[in-house]
Amino acid sequence: MRIPILKLHDYLLISVQVELDDQTALRFQEDVLEKIHEEGSRGVVIDLTSVEMIDSFIAKVLGDVVDMSNLMGARVVLTGIQPAVAITLIDMGIVLDEVPTALDLEQGLERLQLELEG
Amino acid sequence: MQVQTHVDINSEWGIVAARQAGRKLAREIGFGSVDQARITTAISELARNIYLYANQGQIKIEEVTESGKRGMKIIASDEGPGIKDLRRVMEDGFTTSGGLGAGLPGVKRLMDEFGIESEQDEGTVITTIKWLR
Repeated sequence: MRIPILKLHDYLLISVQVELDDQTALRFQEDVLEKIHEEGSRGVVIDLTSVEMIDSFIAKVLGDVVDMSNLMGARVVLTGIQPAVAITLIDMGIVLDEVPTALDLEQGLERLQLELEG
Repeated sequence: MQVQTHVDINSEWGIVAARQAGRKLAREIGFGSVDQARITTAISELARNIYLYANQGQIKIEEVTESGKRGMKIIASDEGPGIKDLRRVMEDGFTTSGGLGAGLPGVKRLMDEFGIESEQDEGTVITTIKWLR
């Protein structure tokens, strides 16, 4: 299973709409980095609106993809984290430190623009 | 009649199957969306531990009632190497797998009751319950 990555000007847009198993999550990580490299993207929005569960493994993969993209010079914003997912992550003691987030895709794109211009 | 389901964990797909079965039962019992996420996440952590450390094992989920309370019980069992140091494994940030080290202490916080029995070279059984509020 592969998560589709869309290109929009300088950005990549990703909406995660599948149940994330470990392999899919890891392949996704690689695909995002490859695509940033290929397209010379400056920013990435990963929308998690449809994701009903983030466990410690998926949280680590997401946090890593943000750090790895930053290393390459692209900014990543996570958007649409569901209330139940946010509560569960904090209950678990998982803090996605310094990961830029936004309520939805629209605000995510605005946030990227601000980060890149500012 | 009380519902009971077993999921065998012997591949990464078992992890997905276990959490899907868990979400389904949690919904049927009447848990709200936040508790469904808590239960599903706890199952995912337990199933991954089985797969990572014991290669195979089983997740059993069932509805429980006790003195008028209803809830959901998860039993994660394997015949793996067992856990050497039970106290350390419950510390936040302790990991031998390169993960976040949030697994077992996280599960304990997500659920209402948590018990762990482990015998070296015999295996591990973790029992945990979430009560319906």
